[in-house]
Amino acid sequence: MDNLTLARATMGTSLGFHIVFAVLGVGLPLLMLVAEGLWLRTKDEVWLDLARRWAKAFGILFAVGAVSGTALSFELGLLWPRFMAFSGAIFGLPFSAEGFAFFIEAIFLGLYLYGWNRLSPVAHWLSAIPVAVSGALSSVFVVMANAWMNTPTGFRLASDGHLVDVDPLAAALNPSTPTEDPHMLVSAYVVTGFLVAAVYAAGLLRRRDDLLHRRGLTLGMAMAASAIVLSGITGDTSARFIYQAQPAKFAALEGIYTTTRCAPVSVGGIPVDSQHHVVGAIEIPCLLSLLAAFDPNAEVRGLETFPPDDRPNAVLVHLSYDSMVGFGLTLGLLAALFWALFIYARRIPLRRPLLWALVAAGPASVIAMESGWFVTEFGRQPWIVYGILRTSEAATTAPALGLTFVIFFAIYIGLAITTARLLLLQARRNRTAA
Amino acid sequence: MSEAGIIAAVLWLALTAYAVLAGADFGGGVWDLFASGPRAREQRQAVATAMGPVWEANHVWLIFMITGLFTAFPSAFGVLSLDLYVPFTIALVGIVLRGAAFAFRAHGREAVGGASTWGVAFGTASIIAPFFLATGIGAVAVGLTSSSWAAPYSFLIGCFAVSMCAYLAATYLMVETEATPLESDFRQKAAIAGVVAGVLAVICLGLAPLAAPNLAHALLGRGLPLALLALINGLVALAAVSRSRPRIARVAVAGQVVLVLWAWAVGQWPSLIPPTVTIDAAAAPSSTLDALLVVIGVGMLALIPSLAILFRVFKARNPAAID
Ligand code: HDD
Ligand code: HEM
Ligand code: HEM
Repeated sequence: MDNLTLARATMGTSLGFHIVFAVLGVGLPLLMLVAEGLWLRTKDEVWLDLARRWAKAFGILFAVGAVSGTALSFELGLLWPRFMAFSGAIFGLPFSAEGFAFFIEAIFLGLYLYGWNRLSPVAHWLSAIPVAVSGALSSVFVVMANAWMNTPTGFRLASDGHLVDVDPLAAALNPSTPTEDPHMLVSAYVVTGFLVAAVYAAGLLRRRDDLLHRRGLTLGMAMAASAIVLSGITGDTSARFIYQAQPAKFAALEGIYTTTRCAPVSVGGIPVDSQHHVVGAIEIPCLLSLLAAFDPNAEVRGLETFPPDDRPNAVLVHLSYDSMVGFGLTLGLLAALFWALFIYARRIPLRRPLLWALVAAGPASVIAMESGWFVTEFGRQPWIVYGILRTSEAATTAPALGLTFVIFFAIYIGLAITTARLLLLQARRNRTAA
Repeated sequence: MSEAGIIAAVLWLALTAYAVLAGADFGGGVWDLFASGPRAREQRQAVATAMGPVWEANHVWLIFMITGLFTAFPSAFGVLSLDLYVPFTIALVGIVLRGAAFAFRAHGREAVGGASTWGVAFGTASIIAPFFLATGIGAVAVGLTSSSWAAPYSFLIGCFAVSMCAYLAATYLMVETEATPLESDFRQKAAIAGVVAGVLAVICLGLAPLAAPNLAHALLGRGLPLALLALINGLVALAAVSRSRPRIARVAVAGQVVLVLWAWAVGQWPSLIPPTVTIDAAAAPSSTLDALLVVIGVGMLALIPSLAILFRVFKARNPAAID
């Protein structure tokens, strides 16, 4: 394989791995903060127990998130030296700000995890606030950088190819930032909420019916449900924004080849380039135009209007998009059902089919989030900086990239398996201790 | 000093902080691997206790360095990333495994102390990471090409770095275990590491004019006063170790790292990658540098008090005696 493919594969694997830990790094501190706060107010030990368990799990998750994130900051340069040489001065600022967010997060997490006996209960609880805030800020900052890759602003190219008029603040606040950043942030809470709920739903299925499991499930679902609503709203805004700002990506979402008015949404199916059509899809006429511009007759630009070298891979983008939206809508319905039953019966619904669905919702939310990133990243191709720098021009020329890929792939698999085993071990220990 | 110069100095300060703080964490890994004698188990526990709350924060100095470098000196970052691809990739594997192994062992089946697979992984990775990061520095000292990291001299620098990490850790641990039987264990280890580091330093200096003209030029030029101070300080450190003065030893060894790094930096100023790339030539446009300085200023306002709290809570007394 060539360097370009290998560099992409390595980058994509590393990001796809890191993001799972990153979203928990955003969401779990908030849950710990809430649970420990409830303990401080009510003095009910179950809340404290929840906070302590999450903190222990977070100790492992954060370490893996930190090392995989470190891998990423190196890989940006190691795999894409020309991209970084070109872009560093423009979009480096949010990364530097993120560095400080990491500092604060790591410092206060150290206090939180190791400080149960050294800090007063209130001081201990307070130390979770900077962790939760800087976790969210890391996400906000790093997605600004990604947003800039989608809609690069804040600089001009002189006729000799030199950068002029560099404005890093304008680059950080590029037009994609207001849509991408909120969508990512709320998605982090969606995933955390569903994953936590899945853990306690699984426990309840095994007839470990106690207050701890019920409250864990309720708190997880509270986070998941409020965030999934926001996720739908912000996702819709994102889609409308790329209709204007990244027309090739937008066309690929639904496999629109020919410029049309009254463009359909295609549910499922495979876009086939040679037929200029999404084969095997259920078509909902005019819906795409309606969603994109609130006008069923709005024109959607087709992929064929772009030179062949400038088109993203419609199959990958369309299937990823369907996966995100499909899982997103299903998860939304599930959360609605859970809370409807809860409110109707005034007690937590514990029917087994529902619990099974909630167990499945955990991994499903991760798939939705990963799919969303595939939409963003594959949809930007062939550009690493949209319309400015091609991914093929940015890859490194270093040798033995294949080996790097294999090694990192193996490391991630090993880390994933070990993390899972240690979390299970921890759960067993919690049970025997209780 | 130009604005780019100020940022270069801040980044070098970050590297210094990384070397002094994370260097000691790497050294902790070395002593975990080479825990010995009747108290091997307690030695490993002391390492784990001392590192637990701080290693993740210490590690962020590296991230700060990297992001600052690509923001302020993007072209230099591009060149370094290309030429140092191999050593940095290996160092990265070491960093990833080191952190993961440490955390996994802490949460694993067995209590920290005995020899374990994760323990060995932690120790080995703690040697690999600083060694290959330092061969990258060696590559610049020798004269940056895509193979200069593999020059014998770069490997010598790598060994020197590892021995300094071990030295740092041993003196930190002397303080942490003061007035317990472990103190004399770590004193012995500090003495070994100190002598090895000293010998390697003398060899590195002796060979520099032949093998690393950039470095020799820096240390014999403007860096000379600091280099001489380092020589004297090195003797003070050894004396403090042999006389069992943990606190003095800790300050002196940390000071040694600072002096060596700054002798080099001051010596090669205003070069970024000698002999051709200068700080001003590699710098990003001034609008970027302005913004970066603001971010660093605001960030430091949040960071410094936070760090102070962290070290106050965990390093105020002898943690090994508490937990
Ligand atoms: C749990 C996760 C989750 C859920 C339920 C949804 N999304 Fe999403 N989506 C993501 C998680 C995500 C993400 C975090 O993976 C992405 C990648 C980049 C980003 O900012 O968010 C994303 C990107 C993303 C993009 C591409 C943005 C760009 O490239 O600039 C669009 C158009 C949508 N989403 C649209 C939607 C719609 C219409 C949804 C309605 C149900 C939806 N998303 C649900
Ligand atoms: C916000 C932070 C992110 C940044 C700055 C970022 C940056 C990059 C860069 C520089 C590349 C290589 C160039 C390219 O292929 O265009 C890339 C590719 C890729 N990224 Fe991201 N990324 C981010 C988040 C993610 C996440 C969370 C995922 C999760 C799945 C992801 C998935 C991928 C994939 C799959 C590729 C390969 C694309 C291809 O081969 O076409 N990215 N990203
Ligand atoms: C959308 C994408 C991303 C999000 C939401 C995100 C968020 C986070 C969060 C919350 C953490 C804290 C650690 C944890 O809790 O696991 C973290 C760690 C880290 N991330 Fe990411 N990140 C993303 C992508 C990236 C990218 C593209 C890079 C690299 C350039 C990166 C570099 C890092 C680094 C270096 C750390 C370690 C910090 C430490 O040592 O404490 N992240 N990230």
